[in-house]
Amino acid sequence: MKKVIKYVIIDILRNKIMLAYTAFLLVLSFSIFSLEDNSAKGLLGLLNIILIIVPLVSIVFSTIYVYNSAEFIELLVSQPLKRKTIWMSLFTGLATSMVLAFLVGAGIPILIYQADVTGVMMIVIGVLLSVIFVAIAMLAAVKTRDKAKGIGIAILLWLYFSLLFDGFVLFLVFQFSDYPIEKLMVAVSMFNPLDLARIMILLKMDISALMGYTGAVFKDFFGTGTGLLLSFSVLVCWTIIPIWLSIRKFKTKDL
Amino acid sequence: MRINSILTILSLSLSFLGNAKSIPVGASQKCHTIQQALQFAVSGDTLMISKGNYHEKNILINKRLTLIGIDYPVLDGDLTYEIISIKASGTSVQGFKIIRSGVSSMEDYAGIKIYNCRDVVIKNNILENTFFGIYSQYGTNCTIEKNKLIANKTEEQQSGNGIHCWKSDSMRIIGNYVSGHRDGIYFEFVTNSIIWRNESEKNLRYGLHFMFSSNDSYIANIFKNNGAGVSVMFSHDVKMIHNYFEENWGDGSYGILLKEISDGYIENNQFKKNTVGIYMEGTSRIKMSGNVFEKNGWAMKIQASCMDINVTGNNFINNTFDMATNGSLVLNTFNGNYWDKYEGYDLNRDRIGDVPYRPVSMYSVIIEKNPPAMILFRSFITTLLDKTEKILPSLTPENFKDAFPLMKPLRL
Repeated sequence: MKKVIKYVIIDILRNKIMLAYTAFLLVLSFSIFSLEDNSAKGLLGLLNIILIIVPLVSIVFSTIYVYNSAEFIELLVSQPLKRKTIWMSLFTGLATSMVLAFLVGAGIPILIYQADVTGVMMIVIGVLLSVIFVAIAMLAAVKTRDKAKGIGIAILLWLYFSLLFDGFVLFLVFQFSDYPIEKLMVAVSMFNPLDLARIMILLKMDISALMGYTGAVFKDFFGTGTGLLLSFSVLVCWTIIPIWLSIRKFKTKDL
Repeated sequence: MRINSILTILSLSLSFLGNAKSIPVGASQKCHTIQQALQFAVSGDTLMISKGNYHEKNILINKRLTLIGIDYPVLDGDLTYEIISIKASGTSVQGFKIIRSGVSSMEDYAGIKIYNCRDVVIKNNILENTFFGIYSQYGTNCTIEKNKLIANKTEEQQSGNGIHCWKSDSMRIIGNYVSGHRDGIYFEFVTNSIIWRNESEKNLRYGLHFMFSSNDSYIANIFKNNGAGVSVMFSHDVKMIHNYFEENWGDGSYGILLKEISDGYIENNQFKKNTVGIYMEGTSRIKMSGNVFEKNGWAMKIQASCMDINVTGNNFINNTFDMATNGSLVLNTFNGNYWDKYEGYDLNRDRIGDVPYRPVSMYSVIIEKNPPAMILFRSFITTLLDKTEKILPSLTPENFKDAFPLMKPLRL
């Protein structure tokens, strides 16, 4: 398994797209921090990168990579290796390189310019989101045989998590504005890793505004130790469940 | 005429000097208790009270005396009595440690209470666990200076105010420290007074509470971490200058709450990390300049019932929302401020942005109407909505704008 992981990582790190992604993150983060006169505004710009670009690149790149390594996977399957091992090594390799790219591209600038609780929280969230979207990509890739369709599904999933889901929540908020739906909102946010991630960073960044009544409900949940633990567990579940589903599919898949 | 009056004053003061005597009080003195000393003291005398514990029930002063504590003698109210009641003008109380006054829901027991007299000086005392701290009722021209008032109450009903003035005039509240009371400093029907360099923190309700008090100033005070911040209501001609309002967190907690206020000044104050920096309702003719709003949830909430508020030359930095309002009517002006969220340009280099800035973002309008929408704040969709609104304003009030936004922050 180690050998396969090593091979996958080396292969990805040599990939030009991956290098470009790392460089892009690095340049963007540094320029955001040095252009803004206060680093809090820089963090705000980075938040958008973490919530939009990191998931997009993770999901699209991983899907394409899985399709492109179809022959390599077929080769591995012919060897005395378990299918689960092959799939997990592929996932680990992809996830590790995405995390590495994020840490180099965004982690270093954040640590240089904003090495406090908010900054650390952003790095942790960025890492988790990278891994989650690799897992979702692998599920999307294993479900469809056609490459174009698979990539289409991956992009649609990204669109759903970053835009459509929030639109639906906004609709819900307005439809049920006469009811006390704060607690329901907390539950609904669990169904989208991006929402959960955003709220966790928000709690560190906009704490003053969140101390208002509604904000206080969110803070009472997400701000406490148990809430934090639960949110992180949910984020971890967002990795485990897609990957588990994809392994089940991959085990019986006719290659 | 003038010489005559000066002579009269001189002779009067000389006569006082001649008669006034100093009475030592203490365990080793002839007078063991303050009550004994009060018996044979006459107007103008000074009581020098040595260190020790005094359980004197209620000390009622009805002659013009000066009470001086040496090394902070402790006056204990045994949780039953009002400790010092002043009913004579010109009395002075200095250097005591006053603890454990009575608590009552019928009477306003206080550590030191001024009843209907003038020129009282209360200075350098420490008050611990008193119900009301220093209370002035119909006091005129009194000085309350450098006292330290600390209580550890947890319920509003069970606690009184730190410095409480009711129907008083020309008061000077200077350099006091108040914490753990219901309201730190409370003014009701108090006129022509000044509150200067006090520190009021961790009080259950307001750090400073103004009601029906006009022509007052509060200058260079610190209000920090109070249950509901500072509230100024139903008054006119109040000047608020050089104060710090910090960390007043919670729903219904404001740096300053202004309700039915007119003709005031809010200048050179610092608002930091409050849920709402300033909340205005039914307020008119206020001039605001030189204030710094930093890291607040909302820098200002101006309700549509306000008019002629002039906001000029302030810095708005790192606030989650700069402004919020509840209607489309705008009768106020907001010109020439620095907003860190301003994205315009300055072609002629006069340091004034060429396009107006709209401090009310669309999302702050949405949240005002529908608070749970806060959960979507800073998400992709809301950012998109905000940008669209900037290009085609529909929800935000059209006239709510700064026509001359500054490109660089003011040095404040």
